[in-house]
Amino acid sequence: MDWTALGLSLRLAAWTVAILLPVSILVGRLLAYRRFRGKGLVEALVMLPLVLPPTVFGFYLLVSFGRDSPVGQLWQGLFGSQLVFSFEGLVLASIVFNLPFAIQPAQRGFEAIPVEVREAAACCGMSPLRSLWKVELPLAWPGVMTAMVLTFAHTLGEFGIVLMVGGSIPGETKTIAIAIYDRVQAFDDRSAATMSAVLVAISLATIATTLWLSSRIGRRLG
Amino acid sequence: MALEVSARATAPIPLKIAFRVAPGELMALVGHSGSGKTTILRTIAGLWRPPEARVQVNGTVWLDTAAGRDLPAHRRPVGVVFQNYALFPHMSAAQNVMAAMDRPDWHEAARILDLLNLQGLADRRPAQLSGGQQQRVAVARALARRPRALLLDEPFSAVDSTTRERLYGEIIALRAHLKMPVVLVTHDMNEAQLLADRMVVLEKGQLVRDGPTAEVMADPEALRAMGLREVAVMLEAKIAVHLPDGLTRLEAPGGALYLPRVEGSPGTLVRVRIMAHEVILSRARPEGLSAQNILAGHVARIVPGKGPAVTVHVALGAQEIIARITRRAAEQMSLREGEPVHAILKSMAVARHHIARASPADPEV
Repeated sequence: MDWTALGLSLRLAAWTVAILLPVSILVGRLLAYRRFRGKGLVEALVMLPLVLPPTVFGFYLLVSFGRDSPVGQLWQGLFGSQLVFSFEGLVLASIVFNLPFAIQPAQRGFEAIPVEVREAAACCGMSPLRSLWKVELPLAWPGVMTAMVLTFAHTLGEFGIVLMVGGSIPGETKTIAIAIYDRVQAFDDRSAATMSAVLVAISLATIATTLWLSSRIGRRLG
Repeated sequence: MALEVSARATAPIPLKIAFRVAPGELMALVGHSGSGKTTILRTIAGLWRPPEARVQVNGTVWLDTAAGRDLPAHRRPVGVVFQNYALFPHMSAAQNVMAAMDRPDWHEAARILDLLNLQGLADRRPAQLSGGQQQRVAVARALARRPRALLLDEPFSAVDSTTRERLYGEIIALRAHLKMPVVLVTHDMNEAQLLADRMVVLEKGQLVRDGPTAEVMADPEALRAMGLREVAVMLEAKIAVHLPDGLTRLEAPGGALYLPRVEGSPGTLVRVRIMAHEVILSRARPEGLSAQNILAGHVARIVPGKGPAVTVHVALGAQEIIARITRRAAEQMSLREGEPVHAILKSMAVARHHIARASPADPEV
């Protein structure tokens, strides 16, 4: 059992969720309410990570994070370290490949709020920020919650992209999914089985939590 | 101290309109669906901006496209009751009301809920309330901001007719407390006539008629513009007695009215809507007639229409009712202004929802 890998995976998932929460609310809300030119294109781009093979996606991320790329150079200039094969690079990649999971359910959540209810909030004197906090978030919460759970679970399980961008540096970029693969390659089936079971347990717990939360929300709205 | 609106647009519908609503006055914006009523309401609330418009309330300009001034909806002190109420589903009735207050005050919320007869329902969520109760919560929420203008968008369309009848009564009773201009959007002429002091008739975004309710409703031209033939007047009468056969006798100027059971204790003043085409005229007092209601008055004036019909205004004391009869009948009866005439109505011709309690206290205009 590779506790370091599990800790790393949980840390990666937590960071990804923390950064994507505001993004999912802002972008999901924007896509749900506004009509603008190129909206279809934006939605397609957000969906892209769902259909691209992870290795292909990982390859492009690797190239665009590289030392000679603008992103890589900017990072080097700001923090004095390289982005690829580092935990920070992994977080950045994780944010990008989780965009569809974070934005889509949140967007559906905001779309489910009737327009008149939002207009009523404005006509009750609520500023857009107050309306978001008092009316929209409580109503879109199941969607946002689903988005965060999917993001969390997906981060724990992602393999191809993490391997491409992060390599397999213990304590830095070797996540539990990679550790499992590692153990299987070394014919250490016992460790692989334990770690797989732990992942199953975490996944089940996550799903159970969401279901419980959304049933509570359902009651609250009823 | 009034609401003044003018607007011009070409899309989504061609619009050209200007009107003014006095404080305490209830003005009905009537017209077919697609005539632009709701668009005008949304312009006042700040939910839509026509290319050319001006909205001014109590001397404060909310919208003036010429001067580039446009207050966002949440900064306009307006109360809006939406067609489907748009209550916040995750909040209780009291929380819905408090959501519209700058400084939420539980006591004030309870007071407003009481005013709308919602005692004991403060903790219920919208889904646990009946349609009529939801409507009253929506009105309470609209009033909670102490709005400078109250806007009602088809507020009675989502409830059944029995509930609607009761809600009319509530609105009439509530009027004594409303000092701000009130705009009611409706396609229902009966509703407008029961509730409004003044009517603005819209057709395809154009103002057809603007005037006191009684005048507009007696104007065949205005009604024809709306594709309506139902000229009608509101007659005030007092409940005299409930009879054992299910009828109620009302004391009206010119005689007694027998109508199917009218709710209210004897002495209550009610307004009965009488359709002009349901009124029969007779020079002599008729006898041996199945129609029970014979009101004696005299001809106030005869207004010829474009078709074969004429409109006869019959004065009953200080009030008037209108009969629409054929020109031929008027000539055969040789009706003249000032001559006595009897107006005859069938009891069953007055629908239940055409009766409303008269306003207990007329607000100052």
